[in-house]
Amino acid sequence: MIEIRDLEKIYQMGEERVAALAGVSLTIDRGEHVAIIGPSGSGKSSLMNILGGLDRPTRGVYRFEGDDVGEMDDDALADFRNRRIGFVFQSFQLLPRLSALQNVELPMVYAGLPPTERRARAAAMLERVGLGSRMGHRPTQLSGGQQQRVAIARALANAPDLLLADEPTGALDTATGEEVLALFRQLNAEGLTIVIVTHDLEVAAAADRRVTFRDGLIVSDDKGADR
Amino acid sequence: MRRIDLVGFAAGAIAAHPMRSALTSLGVVIGVAAVVMMTSIGLGAQQRVTSAIGGLGSNLLIVSPGASRGPGGGFVSQGAGSGMSLNEGDAEAIAAQVESVAAVAPAVRGGAQLVADGANWSTRVEGVTPDYLVARDLTIASGRMFDENEARQGRKVIVIGQTVANELFGEEADPIGKRIRVRSVPFEVIGVLASKGQSGFGQDQDDIVLGPLQAVRSRVVGRRVKGDDVQTIYVKAASADDLDRVQEDLSNLLRERHRIRPGQEDDFSVQNMASIMEAMQASVKTFTGLLAAVAAVSLVVGGVGIMNIMLVAVTERTREIGLRMAVGARRQDVLFQFALEAVTLSVIGGAIGLLIGIGGGVLMARLGDWPVAIAGWSIPVSLGFSLLVGLVFGAYPSWRAARLDPIEALRRE
Repeated sequence: MIEIRDLEKIYQMGEERVAALAGVSLTIDRGEHVAIIGPSGSGKSSLMNILGGLDRPTRGVYRFEGDDVGEMDDDALADFRNRRIGFVFQSFQLLPRLSALQNVELPMVYAGLPPTERRARAAAMLERVGLGSRMGHRPTQLSGGQQQRVAIARALANAPDLLLADEPTGALDTATGEEVLALFRQLNAEGLTIVIVTHDLEVAAAADRRVTFRDGLIVSDDKGADR
Repeated sequence: MRRIDLVGFAAGAIAAHPMRSALTSLGVVIGVAAVVMMTSIGLGAQQRVTSAIGGLGSNLLIVSPGASRGPGGGFVSQGAGSGMSLNEGDAEAIAAQVESVAAVAPAVRGGAQLVADGANWSTRVEGVTPDYLVARDLTIASGRMFDENEARQGRKVIVIGQTVANELFGEEADPIGKRIRVRSVPFEVIGVLASKGQSGFGQDQDDIVLGPLQAVRSRVVGRRVKGDDVQTIYVKAASADDLDRVQEDLSNLLRERHRIRPGQEDDFSVQNMASIMEAMQASVKTFTGLLAAVAAVSLVVGGVGIMNIMLVAVTERTREIGLRMAVGARRQDVLFQFALEAVTLSVIGGAIGLLIGIGGGVLMARLGDWPVAIAGWSIPVSLGFSLLVGLVFGAYPSWRAARLDPIEALRRE
């Protein structure tokens, strides 16, 4: 599903050129549950930004289901993010003014769905993550774990092909973090492709495949399932 | 996305900070209210000028003896020692020889004490010919005007204004056929003029008595005006287009009749009501334009206020913008969202300002006795302008929002 070849991302830092990704090749198949691990500055966040269509590679090829994402213009990237990617962030990134339901509706608003349809789907998504009774709550009225589940419901709203999670448990205590990871495993079992970026090895252990980054390069690709 | 959903976003953002939104709009409220009030005052003044001069009669030229002072026409000075330079012969000649003339009315006037049934009233008495009604756009409410024969025979008949009728006979009584002593000379009332109310200059136009030229000249005005001299000749042109030509023709005719050599100054002056009106309206318009321009400055200041707050909002909501982009907002979706917010703030401000402006105008008209006329066009124009202000001053903040890098934006604390 995802095919990356010789991907480079180079930032210009004043005089210096810093290669966040120094020629990365990676293939991820549909239905995989992948953890991308590495210390900060290893290039894993840059890879995630490119995978999610938030950024373009400097060089190299990124194909998603055969589409050349690296060549897309801003509008095409926006639509790509909207329909094919679901983002889950460490800090949840919920809009504080909106209710849980409205937050989940947001991607569907940009997809152009009419209000009745998107409301029904948002409600169904919240039911699915176990927040059916909290739909009208603002983010500030919800616990961290609940907020992250709202964010997951939002990520799933447009039925994406890929769920991209950036340190999804980083702001949660161990117990709620476990709940979120359990939810990911359940979603993966239902066929959703998931890529988690983390530096937490326990989180990485929940995935089926662990890709380790260091200094912009892949240093190991462990497909051995330990489950 | 559906454009209609942008309205929901904008409304939500505005409603989230009611106080801030109200204060942001306030600048536009004040600006639009000021523009609407200033143009209303200007239009009111313009209408007053129009009615003031139009009340004298349309397409009217007023010929007076004596040279006019200064080149611009204006008000007449009786040249020292010039005496009366106009007579009935001049009026007849104008009527006979100048083309496109609708009416020529020579007139004399004087003040006089009126007595009837024991009541007293002091008023202005004009000695005129029947054409006077045509020239001054007057009509008879009851009774009739005297005719040429009566005028020539020196019959002592008069037509009185509404105010005179009320003062001498009371509101109810029918004055037709009654007698009024004008400077002790008895006259018979044969008609009452239709009311014209106050003139734009604040004069009561109904406080007047019209009598035949001869009779008034000899019995009322007295020795000041001799022979067949007159003090004024009112000339009404057939149409506004003829006015300038009629003025020129009658000036030439009078110079000829008065044997004024080329290069010598006229011994009469002609006031063209249309050109005086034009000049006065032009000055009122300039005045209005100035007032509106000053008011428009406050509208611009209001726009700057909107830009300021929108820039703050973009900074505050950087993460929101990043998130929106991450879940699929195109750059133009973000651009339109913020632009719509700015436009909504300024149009709401414009609508409130419009109401305040109209209310203020009405209040000024009521309390200040100041002529105020609210122009119908001020409604679409002020709303249009506030829309424009929102667009212009919302453009830069919206552009800044749309240019944000989603990765940077999401990382912002």
